[in-house]
Amino acid sequence: MHFGPHLLLAALEGLVTSAVLALTALGLSLVFGVMRIVNVAHGEFFMLGAVLAWAVSTAISGHPAIGFAAALVIAPLLVGLVAFLAEWLVLRRLNYNPESTIVATIGMLYIIQQLALTFYGPEARPVEPPFSYRILLPWFGYSGYKLSVVAASAILLVITWLVLTRTRIGLIMRATQYDRETAQAFGIPVERVYAGVFAVGAMLAAIAAVLIVPISQAHYLMGQDPLLLSFIVVIIGGLGSLRGTVVAAILIGLSDGIISMFFSPTLAKIIATLVVAMVLVFRPQGLFGTAPR
Amino acid sequence: MRDASPAKTYALHIGVIALLFALNFVLPDYHQGLFARIMALAVFAMGYNLLFGYVGLLSLGHAMFFSAGLYGAGLTVYHLGWGVPQAFLAGVACGALLALVIGLLALRTSGVAFMIVTMMFAQVFYLMILYFAAWTGGDQGLVIQQASRVISIGGVSLDLTNPTVRYMGALALFSVVLLITLALVRSRFGRVLVAIRENEERTKMLGYDTVANKLVAVVASGAICAASGAAYALLFGYVGSNFASIQYSILPLLWVLLGGAATTLGPLIGTLFMYYVTDITSGFTSAYLLIVGVALILLVLFAPKGIMGSIRERWLGWLP
Repeated sequence: MHFGPHLLLAALEGLVTSAVLALTALGLSLVFGVMRIVNVAHGEFFMLGAVLAWAVSTAISGHPAIGFAAALVIAPLLVGLVAFLAEWLVLRRLNYNPESTIVATIGMLYIIQQLALTFYGPEARPVEPPFSYRILLPWFGYSGYKLSVVAASAILLVITWLVLTRTRIGLIMRATQYDRETAQAFGIPVERVYAGVFAVGAMLAAIAAVLIVPISQAHYLMGQDPLLLSFIVVIIGGLGSLRGTVVAAILIGLSDGIISMFFSPTLAKIIATLVVAMVLVFRPQGLFGTAPR
Repeated sequence: MRDASPAKTYALHIGVIALLFALNFVLPDYHQGLFARIMALAVFAMGYNLLFGYVGLLSLGHAMFFSAGLYGAGLTVYHLGWGVPQAFLAGVACGALLALVIGLLALRTSGVAFMIVTMMFAQVFYLMILYFAAWTGGDQGLVIQQASRVISIGGVSLDLTNPTVRYMGALALFSVVLLITLALVRSRFGRVLVAIRENEERTKMLGYDTVANKLVAVVASGAICAASGAAYALLFGYVGSNFASIQYSILPLLWVLLGGAATTLGPLIGTLFMYYVTDITSGFTSAYLLIVGVALILLVLFAPKGIMGSIRERWLGWLP
């Protein structure tokens, strides 16, 4: 293959990574922005979504599309429920103290990971894609499913944006994000908003995982990379900025796809992580964020 | 913290060291080995505690300081054939130097950003160990041969693979670091650190250079953690990349929280407790991480001060 088509392939792969990353990072960013806490267990909610998608789709016989559709509904709902319970039982009692929350979510990370290992096992297992149409380009054929993942992610991002900016729920969320105490004084049930945001954040990660699982298999350790990449995206994109998150996800996804096609993936990760750490040190508000209030 | 007579405090700590010394002759073989490991790792926890407990800086990247010591000592022995004392010092120097660089960068941030930055630098360090697998052995690690783990001073040669020598080596390091930490936290410098933890702005207003003090604390903490890593490599003869993984950044946090942050004996108690809990429960289940996870959540929920912290609060106000 010549350089041009090779680059196109790398870019397409990067775009799929970006799409999934944008959804995952958006979940992290919502929780980070509204609740001002870092959810270290976010990657495990992603993994849980993938594992549950496998469980649901193997439990349902018939055409793979039926199983996949069921997984796309059931897995995020279950993950949302788990997140809701975690918020209700643990984080609320910690009064959202940032440091205690980190320690508690690290605890959740270990618990979810171990339970997945115990009940799901150490194997990586595939989920059949709902359809296997290949789009034939002049140089190579490309999976139609992968492109539909990009489309689905774009639609979900637009929906989230509309909910945040155009609805009453979005207004309440933004009010809580802007000033928790004043929002509470105006009768906004802040605790319920927090529980909801935490659950929705986890559900976004779970949806991303269900979408990716027909491409890369479900594995109990698959939550690590999305967690780190989501952190990177949220930091580069700027705290609580939806546009920044999406732009950063595309940037990171594409460069990850292209760099790791031409260089060693470990070296690519070293460079990316180091660059982001430096961004955080020298420009803590992110590349697209506004200066801290 | 009520003031105690220094005699009482030092008596307690020397008592603990004497007790550990005596245990060497009482403990069965298996537990003797476990205790040596616990003491070496308690030093790691003490180094972490210096920064987390006393300065209030939560780092999620201390595995890089531990493994800087581990590889600093391990690689010089393995590739350059250095002697044990030189390799140990090389390990500590690597950790201190790394801590100086990381401190200069990471201390520009605070709070949540500090945790994420330290975590990322540690991740870079971990990935670099994997990337330079030709020298570091990658995730397979390197085994340091018995022959290179012998100290010979004058006519006496100490074989670190001998259980008793190993136990005494770990105890010696532990005792030195325990007494250094005790002296450090009782000193003027230690009180400035606590003042920074309680209210950094006010401390700055009183005329203290808080950034310089924090930097010294990061370097001291890094050097102590590196000493633990270097000792671990030399005493147990193995260096591996899993010691640099994020899990080894979280373990000292767990040990310190369990034992009691900002207490001198807490790190030992926490490490000891956690090691024995996993040792006992691993007889029933392989779900070791589940226990760590549940312990972390229960701790932050119900005992945020840890074992020694609670004892200090209830009964013994003079504990350092």
